Amino acid sequence: MTDNTFEPTIIGFTCNWCSYRASDLAGTARMKYAPNVRLIRLMCSGRLDPTFVLRALSEGADGVMITGCHPGECHYIEQNYKALRRFLLLRRVLQGLGIEPERVKLVWASAAEGARFASETTAFVEEIRKLGPLCWGKSSEQLSVISEQPDDLLLITDNSQKEVPA
Amino acid sequence: MTERIGVYVCHCGSNIAGTVDVVDVANWAAEKLGHQGVVIARDYKFMCSSPGQELIEKDIKELGLTRVVVAACSPHLHEKTFRTAAKNAGLNPYLVELASIREQVSWVHSDKAVATAKSKAVVSGAVSRVIENAPLEEIKVPINPNTLVVGGGIAGIQAALEIANAGFRVYLVEREPSIGGHMAQFDKTFPTLDCSACILTPRMVEAGTHPNITLLTWSEVVNVAGYVGNFNVTIKKKARFINEELCTGCGICQEKCPKKVVDDVYEAGLGYRKAVYTPFAQAVPNFPVMDKENCTYFIKGTCKACEKFCPTNAIDFNQQDELINIDVGNIVLATGYDLFDARRVSNYGYGRLPNVFTSIEFERLSNAAGPTSGNIVLRDGKTVPKSVGIIHCVGSRDRNFNNYCSVICCMQGLKFAHLVHERTGATVYNFYIDMRTAYKTYDEFYQRVLEEGTLFVRGKVAEVTDAARYSNEKGKLIIQTEDTLAGKQRRIPVDMVILSSGLQPRHDAKEVGKMFGISCSTDGWFTERHPKLDPVATMTEGVFIVGCAQGPKDIPSSVAQGAAASARVLDKILQKEVALEPIKATINKEMCSGCRICNGLCPFNAIAFLADDNVSEINPALCQGCGTCVAACPAGAISGMGFSDEQIIAQIDGLLLRNLEPA
Repeated sequence: MTDNTFEPTIIGFTCNWCSYRASDLAGTARMKYAPNVRLIRLMCSGRLDPTFVLRALSEGADGVMITGCHPGECHYIEQNYKALRRFLLLRRVLQGLGIEPERVKLVWASAAEGARFASETTAFVEEIRKLGPLCWGKSSEQLSVISEQPDDLLLITDNSQKEVPA
Repeated sequence: MTERIGVYVCHCGSNIAGTVDVVDVANWAAEKLGHQGVVIARDYKFMCSSPGQELIEKDIKELGLTRVVVAACSPHLHEKTFRTAAKNAGLNPYLVELASIREQVSWVHSDKAVATAKSKAVVSGAVSRVIENAPLEEIKVPINPNTLVVGGGIAGIQAALEIANAGFRVYLVEREPSIGGHMAQFDKTFPTLDCSACILTPRMVEAGTHPNITLLTWSEVVNVAGYVGNFNVTIKKKARFINEELCTGCGICQEKCPKKVVDDVYEAGLGYRKAVYTPFAQAVPNFPVMDKENCTYFIKGTCKACEKFCPTNAIDFNQQDELINIDVGNIVLATGYDLFDARRVSNYGYGRLPNVFTSIEFERLSNAAGPTSGNIVLRDGKTVPKSVGIIHCVGSRDRNFNNYCSVICCMQGLKFAHLVHERTGATVYNFYIDMRTAYKTYDEFYQRVLEEGTLFVRGKVAEVTDAARYSNEKGKLIIQTEDTLAGKQRRIPVDMVILSSGLQPRHDAKEVGKMFGISCSTDGWFTERHPKLDPVATMTEGVFIVGCAQGPKDIPSSVAQGAAASARVLDKILQKEVALEPIKATINKEMCSGCRICNGLCPFNAIAFLADDNVSEINPALCQGCGTCVAACPAGAISGMGFSDEQIIAQIDGLLLRNLEPA
């Protein structure tokens, strides 16, 4: 590999009503942001079972972004507060497991905040890039990398080939 | 069973194909995801076009596809399109999954290699997920044709009349003894200056006598159960101590009642009523109400003057509160507003300086049927003011109180200016921040008031005081204000100050909202489904909001909303049944431990605990499908249809490309 920049893989959870629509809006407005986040649409951030986050981290994600409606604007009245509670608890659990809690981030974005969604995504990718690859569980065998080289279009590369900046 | 999956990658002209190598994505899916069951992967110029949809339909029929993944635009755009196509070909629509590679990929990234790689991951996630999708059916529930309207102001009356005129039963519930709401207290209505009672009372009478309207005044909703089409509502009908069957509304009881009470509600504290009373002469219904707190009989045990003189023996001191249970299909909330309490702006002196009046007090003063018979006089009841100051935006557009604009106060202030000018010839000053006279013929009214000679000072009033500094200020109220147009401070002495106070949400709006399963905005008004495109519906199916309960508004807008909600209700009634999205949670009773953790998490009261079986149960018609309980269940007994754990975990694995090698 000639380009050693670490490209993290991030799973993003979005709520159907606010943040997914924010990402729709970012698209419609052609705002460019980092390509490392792959989205999963839920009906509500309250649907987020913390085990989904653990699953993503153990299966190769370097970070997880949880997004939902702003407090007080939840489509289901107040379920984003429940997401907030779980998020705070999950960060403590991660710490206990020896994983940087900063690998999981909570972002509120309304359906009108495409720009916010884009900038928060890019910012989070940079934060995870600084933290480096997670290499947790099975992911230590395989890491997904997005490289600019056509030969590396294979999304999975051998870990031994991967060099991580200090 | 191995699924047979079709993957369709859309070019969207060059919208996707310009940034994503769609042919490569399709080939990759066929090659790498074949073991997952992908039997065909195609790319096509426009999947949403008729030939594109026919392509899917043909493959479903000819190749026997059991699952479909369309990699195209956001599901919010064309999910329905492709689900309908699947349905047409005999495949359950919920076995179709969209992978968005336009809004979430091609439009937001520029590097083709990177965008192509991400598209592959997104397609992989969708393929893994769709395998776990279950066929779902829309839930159909019948609609009860009866409607509950809560609040008998003009918005509620309008909604009730429109529905009743269409031939359906309406229960109109009002907290006060009479319907009419705030509008019944006004003298004139802007900008046409029609007499408020003249236009309102015929509507009140119509609502009161309509064969399809059941009027429940002096009543409050205490419980709401059920869901769209099938609400069960409990209403507390407070004891009137009057037998409505016998009462003729002759008014003799009021005449004979020896107890006078200050009327804080209808007369805004400026007038009196008796302990047994109808709030005003044209009240609908015309039955009086006995005020238990003030009635001499209830306090001392003797009197009963009303009973003695009642010609029909309608007085019943033993009457009890009554609980009425009704079934309705839809609910319209027209609960209105509370007036901002002007005492909170202590520097304007309301409550301390006698000749500072609130807008509702002035409405009563200027009303021909009011305590002064329409004479505009000072608090002493006789002095006619020679100069009057009207202060706008009291409690509105003010960070210390309410940030929002109360909409009606500018026009209300102008109306007051006109009435004072017309009836007393006094000099009138209007103190405003901005003059907001939008809507039809409102600005013309502003021009008219300007031409009448009313003086306008632009600036926020700092203080109203009776501390005179100069000889011409003695015995007057001095309005200290900045005049932003002249660029200086001014002290203007006047005889009377009227505070054009703003509107605010009902003090109990939050609890009422909770009871009906709807939310309030940060300002406290009920939240509509969409601020522009769906202003009278709410997030709770079958519950509508109209008038000032939704936000400050004038009479024409309130009436328009009342009518709009009635159209929505009639639409539901005439459909006879309603189809609910099958995105719901269900509890597996075998696995439920009865811990009740989920019970308190549901804001829609959809989860009930069955004590006999020691399990919880979800009412599918009440469940809105957020999935919070699914995530919370420690036993994993709750599954979320359309968004099951299996689907989401499969999608995570797919997005992370953990599904490429055969297991």
